[in-house]
Amino acid sequence: MILVDQVTKYYGAHAAVRDLSFEIAEGQCAGFLGLNGAGKTTTLRLLSCLLLPTSGRITIRGIDAEAQPHEIRKFIGFLPDRPPVYNEMTVSEYLRFAGQLRQMDRGAIDRRLPEVFDVVGLHAVADAPISSLSHGYKQRVGIAQAIVHEPALLILDEPIQGLDPVQIVEMRALIRELRGKHTILLSTHILSEIRQTCDRVLMLHEGIIAAEGTEAELSGETRASVVKVIVRGDHATLNKALKDVETVDEVRIAENPSGDIIEAIVTAHEDARGEIARAIVGANLELLGLGEKQSDLEQVFLNLSRAGAGS
Amino acid sequence: MKAVWLLTRRELSAYVRTPSGYLIAAIALLLNALQFNAIAVGEGRRLSSEVLELFLFNGAFVIEAAAAIFSMRMLAEERSSGAQTLLFTSPIKEHEIVLGKYLAALIFLSVVIVLSGYLPALIFVNGKVSLGHIFAGYVGMVLLASAVLGIGMLASSFSPHPFIAVLLTAVIVSGLELSWFVAKITDPPLKTVIAWASPVWNHYQSFRKGLLQLSDVTYFVTLTYFTLLAAVRVLRGQRWR
Repeated sequence: MILVDQVTKYYGAHAAVRDLSFEIAEGQCAGFLGLNGAGKTTTLRLLSCLLLPTSGRITIRGIDAEAQPHEIRKFIGFLPDRPPVYNEMTVSEYLRFAGQLRQMDRGAIDRRLPEVFDVVGLHAVADAPISSLSHGYKQRVGIAQAIVHEPALLILDEPIQGLDPVQIVEMRALIRELRGKHTILLSTHILSEIRQTCDRVLMLHEGIIAAEGTEAELSGETRASVVKVIVRGDHATLNKALKDVETVDEVRIAENPSGDIIEAIVTAHEDARGEIARAIVGANLELLGLGEKQSDLEQVFLNLSRAGAGS
Repeated sequence: MKAVWLLTRRELSAYVRTPSGYLIAAIALLLNALQFNAIAVGEGRRLSSEVLELFLFNGAFVIEAAAAIFSMRMLAEERSSGAQTLLFTSPIKEHEIVLGKYLAALIFLSVVIVLSGYLPALIFVNGKVSLGHIFAGYVGMVLLASAVLGIGMLASSFSPHPFIAVLLTAVIVSGLELSWFVAKITDPPLKTVIAWASPVWNHYQSFRKGLLQLSDVTYFVTLTYFTLLAAVRVLRGQRWR
């Protein structure tokens, strides 16, 4: 559905994204993950035909974005980082206006609005002025305007930004509900967001795609081994013993002031369980437990960010 | 045209729902009433037509100021609130956005202008003026409002904040008006060119006297057209850059 080929976008002399190339299939839910300033918003704005690429080509459903942005806008729903609402309008009026802007006729809007209210959970505030709504509800109104015309492509920029924990859970459920009905692109810097809502991850780092794939693929790609060890003994001795192991990259020791049992998470660039066990025993510490902790998305992200920073 | 009307209706609805629309209208009407009172019942005796001329002339400045203030609601406010993204990601053309917003402001301001019509009507109580004179004066006011709204739209199109849009419009309009005085100390042929730029001091003069001169109508229509056209270009550059 989406084909991005060697796309670069400069703001003055600064390249916000460089040589982006990826494909997104119809019906997929893809998440753009990256730190602040990684190029997520620029990528989504390029795909929403809000920004013109400095070089490269974007094709959506076979339509060239540079040549026919107007055609693409007909089947896009976009939620920017700030919901684009008019505070003086009521929710219903605003969604009618958004529908009419997307060339829906009054009959189609009348039929569609109850469905949108159901999906997004806006029935209770349908006649309330938008100015009176909480941030969470305004975010829902933002999503409602993006889906009111049943767009094939739904683009959500930081959809859970500024929401409280309850609203975050509700928003995740909402995005999961929208999967299958739309191709969804969303951006976030929150890892759990991607895991719980997307079936594909594109990790952006300093304007380039550092990695892409499913969570499982990315975990394999980094080849990181994360080992959890439990020992009885001295904190400093354990730290020194583990750091002496050549393959170990990072040691995180959990503070445990109440006793002498220490728990540590050890990250190594290959499977180092044998060496870690020997090092602990060699340091006269009592090894109580050792097991491989599956490399999670957070670890993948940290590894890739470090790799990017080191390059 | 459907999209233009859709935007016009939304904007008009915003004007009547927010205090700013009423506030601008109320202040404009109050100022017009005060200046009419000062002219009609102030010191000295005046002919009815003189009262009307003076009222129209001062009223033109009031409308000019009101139109300048409207520029904050045009594009800069939406940009500042983030609502512009809804328009920019919708299949609507830049000229439709500009026209929709311009028409809404012009309709609202025209209503304010018409509402002040009771003031010249009061002249009929103790005097006599021609309806044609009043009509010409009011047509001129609407044309003047149209041109200043065009300038406001252009200023609003590249201002990051509504207040800057108002300030910029005020500076441009004041500059055009001051050109009349600059012309007085300038030699021909530059004098004629500079004086030509002034909307009220030069081009509204015929309207206040009850005349509809093609050259003055052309001035206001041309100014409106080119400022709106420039605003469309600016908006296009911002939307797709």
